Amino acid sequence: MIYITIFIAAVFVNNIVLSQFLGICPFLGVSKKIETALGMSGAVAFVLTLSTIVTWLIQYYLLTPLHLDFLQTITFILVIAGLVQMLEIILKKISPSLYQALGVFLPLITTNCCLLGVAILVIQKEYSLLESAVFAFSTALGFGLALILFAGIREQLSYTKIPKSMQGMPIALIVAGLLAMAFMGFAGMV
Amino acid sequence: MKRNKLSVVLNGLITENPTFVLMLGMCPTLGTTSSALNGMGMGLATSFVLICSNMAISSVKNIIPDKVRIPSYIVIIATFVSLLQMVMQAYVPALYASLGIFIPLIVVNCIVLARAESFASKNSVFDSALDGLGIGLGFTMALTLLGSIRELFGTGKIFGMTIFPEQYGILVFVLAPGAFIVLGYLIAIINRIKKVS
Repeated sequence: MIYITIFIAAVFVNNIVLSQFLGICPFLGVSKKIETALGMSGAVAFVLTLSTIVTWLIQYYLLTPLHLDFLQTITFILVIAGLVQMLEIILKKISPSLYQALGVFLPLITTNCCLLGVAILVIQKEYSLLESAVFAFSTALGFGLALILFAGIREQLSYTKIPKSMQGMPIALIVAGLLAMAFMGFAGMV
Repeated sequence: MKRNKLSVVLNGLITENPTFVLMLGMCPTLGTTSSALNGMGMGLATSFVLICSNMAISSVKNIIPDKVRIPSYIVIIATFVSLLQMVMQAYVPALYASLGIFIPLIVVNCIVLARAESFASKNSVFDSALDGLGIGLGFTMALTLLGSIRELFGTGKIFGMTIFPEQYGILVFVLAPGAFIVLGYLIAIINRIKKVS
């Protein structure tokens, strides 16, 4: 039951992009087309789940027993950066087709604040390993949902006549605002 | 490279304003500006990291091999962020609590890494400090402005000073959608002004 609650809360109620403001850069950057949005969401789901599990293990089996909690930020960012690099190399070798689909997005993911954000959040919320993994995966799904919805709207927007000074970023931000307002409707569900 | 010291600072403040012109570091810009004070606190925290990391990186730029420079920069930045985290936790616990997760996330703020890569790795220590100061102030200014507007429309206050009674405030400006919409309109207004001049 608790897993379902975590799932719904992470996907809809506390959507990572639209109510927590994490991962705005890829949200605005790669949302011009639905295909790229799909690729990005897939890559994030994969890396986010993996990196959260790894950082959780490091926190509870390395940092806490050695009383090195203050090194959390440095350790996590290094581990995430290393993990993404390693994934890129492994994927290239064992599954070229998956690399074709996700490869271009992998370097971009290191600077995605979702990863470090979720890694720190699960420690703050004191989730168990399985809860953390569920939380990370549902957060990634929420990210994907927001990104794909937004990409769909932006594809439509490119056929509309928009005042000159509103073109590009301003109108995208306002659309994101309206989308966030729609997601506020889920508040109180969990 | 000889350049006017003042122009380095002004460059970050206006010509290359991180929020309105470069549009980098959007997460803290949107996430921490629910009030003017929070926005300013976040801006100043980022400025501290920017100035320190710019100085540190430009002083060790000749020692770091080219291939591992990005990871080295990240370690340097993360060190200063951890330092800042501990200092803020000790002296301003209330602000630390309200900024929450966005303090450790300064590590992945694109502005800090972008300045390290594009400015600090090529210029002298003093110039890099000035560049950090300029960009930091530009960021602080943008965040304070955004925070003030949201706080004013949302609760009728600026920095906690009442401008109009709270019951006329529009709550949505303090919540998530308000951040996106206010920033969208601000950038549109700036685009418009730039076109006229």
